[in-house]
Amino acid sequence: MAAFLIRRVATMLLTALVLSFIVFLLTNLPATLEVLAKFQGNNRMSDADVASYLARNGYDRPVLVRYGEWLGVVPGFVNAAGEALRCAPAAEPGEAVPRYCGVLQGYWGQSTVFKTDVGPLIAQRLGLTAKLMFWVMVVMVPLALVTGVLAGMREGSRADRGLSAFSILTTATPEYVSGIIFIAVFASSAVGLKWFKGTATSAADGITFENFTLPVLTIALFGAGYIARMTRASMTEVMTAQYIRTARLKGVSFRNVVLKHALRNALIAPFTVIMLQFPWLLNGVVIVEILFNFKGFGWTLVQAAGNNDIELLLACSVVAVVVVLVTQLISDIGYVFLNPRIRVT
Amino acid sequence: MMEPLGWGGIIARILLQLWPTWAALALIFALSLGFKRRLGLYGKLFDSRIGMIGFGLVMFWVFTALFADVIVTQSPLSQVSGLKNAPPGSPRPDGAGWYLLGGDNLARDVFSRMVAGAWEVLKIAPLATAFAFMVGITLGLPAGYFGGFLDTALTFVANLVLSFPVILLFYLLVTPEMVRTGIPTYMAAVLFLFPVIFAVILVHSRFHTAPAVDAALIAAVLVVGLWFYAGFAWNADPLGLLGMPSNTLIVFVSVVFVNAPTVFRIVRGLVLDIRARDYVAAAQTRGEGPWYIMLWEILPNARGPLIVDFCLRIGYTTILLGTLGFFGLGVSPESPDWGSTINEGRRLLSIYPHPALVPALALMSLVLGLNLLADGLREESLRD
Repeated sequence: MAAFLIRRVATMLLTALVLSFIVFLLTNLPATLEVLAKFQGNNRMSDADVASYLARNGYDRPVLVRYGEWLGVVPGFVNAAGEALRCAPAAEPGEAVPRYCGVLQGYWGQSTVFKTDVGPLIAQRLGLTAKLMFWVMVVMVPLALVTGVLAGMREGSRADRGLSAFSILTTATPEYVSGIIFIAVFASSAVGLKWFKGTATSAADGITFENFTLPVLTIALFGAGYIARMTRASMTEVMTAQYIRTARLKGVSFRNVVLKHALRNALIAPFTVIMLQFPWLLNGVVIVEILFNFKGFGWTLVQAAGNNDIELLLACSVVAVVVVLVTQLISDIGYVFLNPRIRVT
Repeated sequence: MMEPLGWGGIIARILLQLWPTWAALALIFALSLGFKRRLGLYGKLFDSRIGMIGFGLVMFWVFTALFADVIVTQSPLSQVSGLKNAPPGSPRPDGAGWYLLGGDNLARDVFSRMVAGAWEVLKIAPLATAFAFMVGITLGLPAGYFGGFLDTALTFVANLVLSFPVILLFYLLVTPEMVRTGIPTYMAAVLFLFPVIFAVILVHSRFHTAPAVDAALIAAVLVVGLWFYAGFAWNADPLGLLGMPSNTLIVFVSVVFVNAPTVFRIVRGLVLDIRARDYVAAAQTRGEGPWYIMLWEILPNARGPLIVDFCLRIGYTTILLGTLGFFGLGVSPESPDWGSTINEGRRLLSIYPHPALVPALALMSLVLGLNLLADGLREESLRD
């Protein structure tokens, strides 16, 4: 188990390193740097102005050196006048400016869009998104499991057909479609029911039933359909197993067969599926945060990407990749614990 | 001056306007039901109600896209003053027909834009999915069959792409700056080579014992393949017939790039399973080459799950294309595609819901159709 964990963590670090380098490369292409220069300066800068801006701020040096700076293995950029442009913001007031300042030193750089330190900004935005994800999980997991188990309990019954139709319908409805429908039906001031609010901006200060229901429901429904179908498949498979038939023939009631015998084995597969849903949920979070104007992680990612905010974008992608890889790892480890028949070596 | 239509009138006129779709649907259903015993898996689809409903929904949109020019009531780009955000069923002031599903924020006809948008989706989604399958199969077969270092390296790359958030990838790749650097063209140059390689290996592994037939077939494949390759990847078709505008190319390439690793993993898993079967051992004992075994023994036996996944994946690609449109990436501002129409409509959603709701429901029904079709195919292919 220990060797397995070490190998997985090493692969994870390598993946994060390679991906952050690719993002670094793509955000530091000459064309994208020009966009950055014009965003910082003004839109009508001449090519010479752009070049001098880039040289002044150290963007004209080799990509590998600057990636090393970002990582914290190469000393930070010091311009011709001796000002440590990169590392000065990293120092506390009154302290000496450190020579190295990068991710390894815990410094994530400066956001050019929000004009602030990236680290605290990301932490704050992640906190908001964590709230959203928490409520999504609270709604999605029970909904999906109950739907799947009820449908798979008696394959081919009317309940199965109805619930399966429901889960197919939700998987066919991406967040930007269901969100639009929800807003039109529940929040529209012209024709709607006006039960909820169509924006979640105020949820950043305090979550209420009114401002958070629609975003949570929008993400939860799209994910729930897929998990429910997997649960159903796993449940129907378990229900045809020999030991279930034995229990039934011994005279155990259907209720007890389902709750005590079938459920435990049927829930192993959905656990993995729920964990592997995280990358998709991340997509949903970005769409829903834009649609409902909730200023969390996804919203920040779009702002960073839209304005080529290099260091914010790098931090966002590292966070996203780590979330994906960690959930994959948890799903693998959890699978071993849930299913003693599986051994990792 | 014409009267605004009521809901009954609107529905009747829309149904009437869609007559080419109904005619084509009736024809294909009549033929398929008539000959279903002779049509293999496709024919069996018509034994399952779910499969038939799904097939019907998908073909509805395919025919609507194909006959879009006949079906639209207005030009999808023309603006008529006075019809800004008009409610469904509003007549044009000059008496030239109605805005059946109302007007959008720029006074364009919502119904016609929805019909034109179907073509925007269907010209990319199935083809991009097919390309993703070619790439995934060409790489997944050897990875699963040979294993070893090749497998480790390819799996690492596939996981790398898969652990990248899709939206971030789109934001990095689908930008005008990226098009100017030429990276999409190089990616297209690599990705579009795979179908050609796939076809050549497919032919050669089968016919290498008959050199004359082999050479003729490979020459034919290369001529057609490289013609398409030059046209689509480099926009340099010597005959000037084929070509892809650069902002379509970048969308196409990114969608293939995102989908291929998942297909790779599915194919690899299937190969690992099938590799241990007796008929593979028999072929190895006969002395067949590895590529013959992969392409002519293993691949046909993996077709069931692959066909099902192909349908599901077209639906997923449709959702991805909508996502791109929703973020305004890679589409021209006037494009009638569903994603960007939804994005435009959402600004005034709480006052005028119809411009966003119509394309939203259209996209949902197409993806639903593809999911039902996949379900029907799965049921029928499991039966035998």
